Amino acid sequence: MGESASLPIAVRQLTKAYGAVHALDHVDLDVKSGEFLTLLGPSGSGKTTLLMVLAGFVRPDSGSVRFGTQEVVRLAPHKRNVGMVFQNYALFPHMDVAANIAFPLKLRGVRREEIARRVASALELVQLGGYGVRHIDQLSGGQRQRVALARAIVFEPRVVLMDEPLSALDKQLREAMQLELRRLHERLGTTTIYVTHDQREALTMSDRIAVINHGKVMQLDAPRRIYDRPANRFVAEFIGESAFLNVDVAAGQCRFAGRTIEVRNMPAVEGRCQLMLRPERLRILDQNEPVAANVLDGVVTNMVFQGDTLLLHVRLGDGSAISVRGPSNEAGVAKVPGIGNPIRLGLGAGDAIILPADGG
Amino acid sequence: MRAHSKDPTLSAPNAAGLALDARRERWIMLGLTAPALSLVTIIMIAPIVWLFSLSLLADDGTFSFEHYRRLLEQPSYRRNFIVTFEISLLTTAIAIALGYPLAYVLAQLPRRAASLCLIAVLLPFWTSLLVRTYAWLVLLQRQGLINKWGIAHGWWSEPLALVHNFSGTLIGTVHIMLPFLILPVYGTMKSIDGSLMNAAANLGASPARAFWSVYFPLSLPGLMAGALIVFILSLGFYVTPAVLGGGKVSMVSNRIANDIEIFFNWGAASALGVVLLTLTLIVVYAAARLLGLSRIAGAGHAP
Amino acid sequence: MRWLSRPASATQVTHGSRLWLYALAAVVLAFLTLPTLVVVPMSFSASQYLEFPPRQWSLRWYESYLGSVAWLQATRTSFAAGALTTLVSTPLALMAAYGLNTLRGRWAAIIYAVLVTPIIVPVILVGIAVFYAYVRLNLVNSLMGIVLAHSILAIPVALMVIASALKSYDMSQELVARSLGAHRLKAFLLITLPQIRFAVITAAVLSFLTSFDEVVVALFVSGGDNSTLTRNMFNALRDQIDPTIATISTIMIVVSSLLLAGAQLFGRPKRP
Repeated sequence: MGESASLPIAVRQLTKAYGAVHALDHVDLDVKSGEFLTLLGPSGSGKTTLLMVLAGFVRPDSGSVRFGTQEVVRLAPHKRNVGMVFQNYALFPHMDVAANIAFPLKLRGVRREEIARRVASALELVQLGGYGVRHIDQLSGGQRQRVALARAIVFEPRVVLMDEPLSALDKQLREAMQLELRRLHERLGTTTIYVTHDQREALTMSDRIAVINHGKVMQLDAPRRIYDRPANRFVAEFIGESAFLNVDVAAGQCRFAGRTIEVRNMPAVEGRCQLMLRPERLRILDQNEPVAANVLDGVVTNMVFQGDTLLLHVRLGDGSAISVRGPSNEAGVAKVPGIGNPIRLGLGAGDAIILPADGG
Repeated sequence: MRAHSKDPTLSAPNAAGLALDARRERWIMLGLTAPALSLVTIIMIAPIVWLFSLSLLADDGTFSFEHYRRLLEQPSYRRNFIVTFEISLLTTAIAIALGYPLAYVLAQLPRRAASLCLIAVLLPFWTSLLVRTYAWLVLLQRQGLINKWGIAHGWWSEPLALVHNFSGTLIGTVHIMLPFLILPVYGTMKSIDGSLMNAAANLGASPARAFWSVYFPLSLPGLMAGALIVFILSLGFYVTPAVLGGGKVSMVSNRIANDIEIFFNWGAASALGVVLLTLTLIVVYAAARLLGLSRIAGAGHAP
Repeated sequence: MRWLSRPASATQVTHGSRLWLYALAAVVLAFLTLPTLVVVPMSFSASQYLEFPPRQWSLRWYESYLGSVAWLQATRTSFAAGALTTLVSTPLALMAAYGLNTLRGRWAAIIYAVLVTPIIVPVILVGIAVFYAYVRLNLVNSLMGIVLAHSILAIPVALMVIASALKSYDMSQELVARSLGAHRLKAFLLITLPQIRFAVITAAVLSFLTSFDEVVVALFVSGGDNSTLTRNMFNALRDQIDPTIATISTIMIVVSSLLLAGAQLFGRPKRP
């Protein structure tokens, strides 16, 4: 299975309305050739609709979709040459594994010997060599998913679309499959669009993530930047844990509770803003350390042991309630003042995110 | 609010083409229904409309309501409607009384036994109406099996007149209509969540109380659907009263047939037909409002 | 007998206290199934009168049936009408069901309702209306006339069976097939149809039985050389009652049972 010439995807002004509800709202999106892009969002956000439009199963009201230089938005699904993997695998139960995988090749008039060779090769690629004669109901969930995958790539499509393919699997299997999908993608280099509502999955697998809500792209960025530099409140809240404090910004300076907060990437805003903190980015400081910038003082109101981490609930001076997450090893526990005791927290300048007050 | 671009093609590219594609697809799908639709329209709907137009034509060909007037004036027509409603209502009532308990027991049976019993319900369902009516003719006659048994067991001394009358017809109609009631009721009962009865028992309800407050109300949709189907289909009975009624049971359908076959009175038959269809449609409409049309359409088939 | 005191339901009612219910159910079940079976032994009765149970056994009525030109003609007509009705109504219902399943929406509901009307309209009206039209179209007593009339009665039945199967069918398989390169018709034929096979076979069998068993419309529309079994039977019942009718009935029961059993056995999806 050689490297296929993959295509970039260009989406312009894609709109789809169901009555008064906009499933897609003038969406613009550029996917690089060979990229693994995840569409991430809550249910009803439009991510699946977008995928279905790319596949050709949902007809948008207006918009343009280009695979490379070819306009495909009006092209019938069977002419688009995309490989698709559904959440429920959608394997053909009246055919065995080999027949399922051979299906797209037969449709393309590939010769019998060639079909056999490529089916075997695809099965090897998904680590199911020799499973060709099995019937679908003899397979486990993970195996079915891999057959669906093999079927979707055996004909060397230039784009692969996946609609929450791992949601039906249990946690351990899901995590193993995530890595396998990633490995497969690196091997084949096909442009892949992946839909999920699981942010951890998105962060693990993607080259870039498009966070989608209410039919709009809220942010399109690499996983690291999405996590560290959310562009708006929705993205900040949807990915990872977050807390927001009301702060004042004047002349490029941010102040909270009478102290300065240094912000490495200060946006051009003024007045009342929101400071976003992630619980795991706050450091517990020694009470005796001198007060410098980026220090928050508060009182511990609760402490929850969560296995791999310790979660502290803290009430700050101005009444805001935030969480702090720290290691649960001996050293970590030793650092924590008891419930009801004062606590001093430190925030790195790079970890301080400023968002406009109206939610961005 | 979003600002809209001045040029529609920039902010809504391909809109016209996509709309065209959507329309084309709809037309193809409609086209798939066209053959069946044409057949039904040409062979049934058009002729029925044509037929009903006859009800408004007097014998000399002029527009007139005389056929409808005659329906109201002549008492024999009233008799037909009364008999029709009597049979329909009694059939429905008896079918409920007999069918509901059977459906209940079937719904509690393990899968294999239930499948077997369902076959027992479906087989008569798909055996010709005529064969079943004939069977009852044989069983209910004076020297028939029922009378022979009754007399042999000393239940009665003279052979009872069980056929060629109202009772015989009723036995036949109940027999034909029972599966129409059992199937929807059974279907609904199977979908009742067993844990609800558990919960009722848990909360201290006696078996009778649990049944009437929990199970019965949940089975009501199926029961109502079945009862309405039975009633609607009973209105149109023809064969069973003709064979088992001995001429004494003349439902509206029988009257229509007689008016045509014996009197060649198409006008009267047509008027009667209009009334019968209107009545049927009223009941169907009421049922559709009460239950949702899909429930009714999902379970019936004409006798 | 210990079974009697075991609880029968969640509310701890015992089987013993519900025996009356089981007895009633058994009686109703017997009421449903047994009467029809009466005609079978009757057809083997030697007597000329309708008697059950038969005192002497004989095949004379079968011989009479096989020797009767009229009955054999009617048998041929009924089977031909049934087969042709199946060939007409099953594909038409299949196409309509698929189209409606894809369309959804208000129009689909209206069309579905229209296609179901033949079984809502009292059958006597269908009979006389079709007869009235056929007189003018010169289709009375013709096989094609019977087939067309029976088809409109069979289409609603076939439609409901197939539509129900399509509703519970996982359409994403057809979508996948299309994404893999099959156009809509090919995807339907290769993927969907094999999987709704059971419903289509059932629809075909029920279409046949709808025509084969049909009485009222056949009374008006069939006749002469193309008279159906049911029409002849009905007239025979009104004129003279001879046990040949029992023979015909037995044949019809056997045909129904075989077809239904066949549909159950051969319609099931293949097991690996």
